[in-house]
Amino acid sequence: MNDSYEPVIVGFLCNWCSYRAADLAGTSRLHYAPNMRPIRVMCSARVEPQFVLKALREGADGVLIAGCHPGECHYVDGNIKALRRYELLKRMLRQLGIEEERVQLVWAAASEGNVLADAVNRMTEQLRRLGPLRWRETVLGGDAQPEERAGEMMAKEV
Amino acid sequence: MMAKKKPRFAMYWAASCGGCEISTLNIGDKILAVDEAFDIAFWPCVADFKVKDVERYPDGYIDLCLFNGAIRNSENEEMAHLLREKSKVLVAFGSCASEGCIPGLSNLTTAQATLRAVYLDNPSTDNPKKVLPQPFTKVPEGTIRIPEFYERVKSLDQVVPVDYVMPGCPPEAKQIAAVMDAVITGVALPPPGRTVIGAGNVAVCEECPRQKNVKQIKRFYRLHEITPDPEICLLEQGIVCMGIATRAGCGALCPRVNMRCEGCYGPLNGIEDQGANMVAAIASVIEEGSGPLAGVDEAELQRRIGEIMETLVDPAGTFYRFNMAHSLLMRARFKGDVV
Repeated sequence: MNDSYEPVIVGFLCNWCSYRAADLAGTSRLHYAPNMRPIRVMCSARVEPQFVLKALREGADGVLIAGCHPGECHYVDGNIKALRRYELLKRMLRQLGIEEERVQLVWAAASEGNVLADAVNRMTEQLRRLGPLRWRETVLGGDAQPEERAGEMMAKEV
Repeated sequence: MMAKKKPRFAMYWAASCGGCEISTLNIGDKILAVDEAFDIAFWPCVADFKVKDVERYPDGYIDLCLFNGAIRNSENEEMAHLLREKSKVLVAFGSCASEGCIPGLSNLTTAQATLRAVYLDNPSTDNPKKVLPQPFTKVPEGTIRIPEFYERVKSLDQVVPVDYVMPGCPPEAKQIAAVMDAVITGVALPPPGRTVIGAGNVAVCEECPRQKNVKQIKRFYRLHEITPDPEICLLEQGIVCMGIATRAGCGALCPRVNMRCEGCYGPLNGIEDQGANMVAAIASVIEEGSGPLAGVDEAELQRRIGEIMETLVDPAGTFYRFNMAHSLLMRARFKGDVV
């Protein structure tokens, strides 16, 4: 394995808890792995399984979904829906040959900057051990151009 | 002699079962109108044309080509390129050509495992010398070649640009008849560019007559584990009906006869991954976790939800029954995939 490999984690953080946890981690000057690319979403339930698959196909080594603790969702039970989706998606990804560590769900309240930082540290180390995913190059053999065009069409529609 | 030149029609099968041809013949006596309106330029199922004939046609010679079947080997791909060149309008006809369909399920395993299953491990296979097909074989007269078996199944639009897509496994005869009618009478088709024709743009549920209530799934059932109520939504009863994530156009044939929708009409417009959308939809309607949540034991809640998901056997094969080759990931990953 290449020594220079740095795992890329796409992080979907909910606006009300986990994005604020990330903010808190920053303002508290916590040092943690810089491998997560945070994307703010309104709720962990906004994270469609399509987002996760697309991130993995487009070069992410892992996806972290973070939301409010059960019972504390700004939208009452959005995070429960996220949990249910995650539990099903996890089982489907297993069949597609994607290790469980590559897609993770964590709960991090707005006051839990350390919990989020720990999760990112832990996941970064796990992905380091697993090695890069590189879906296009290794699984599709680098010939996925038509789908790239399909992606462009989608972008235009949106 | 003919006063007016008729448009030329072709239909070809790549990796397919022949069901698309049967469905085309199922349009009944309309097939005579098709025969009257078109000159058949290439249709191996019904008329004796050779590939050499097609190669001799000038580019764009065929006006309408219905291409069914997935791209499983090099011959399928060569024919796709040839027919693309020779056709003005190329239609990915049926689920295999549009999104891989049942052949695409082999993307959940390796090409080698597929060959082993077919030529060696199948109980009904008699192959004592363990002969596997080889792309090139030397014989005294020279080297003979058979098509190369690809590592993954592709849809037609993954190898050549496609003008229209007619989904379905197979496309319903009444949909084929309607499209043929439109073409024959000169009704303008929508702008090309992998445009879906011969189907709706709502979910199968819209065509399904079953009674739909609030869904609170306690566990999932496979069809042999339960006798479904014939009036109520199958999903409500815990049967993994794909209707909610599938394009309408069939008239909800399967749910009408107590069979779950398997998703053969593919995803709706704007959806890239039918399986992922099904995960999103079906997971939202599990009952577990819908009660009061204050002070809930998080690990225990996750365990209970996981337990329910365990009753959904083979999620990838269920959600991607027809869509694997055209899904976002397209293929499962295996240790030792070539870098």
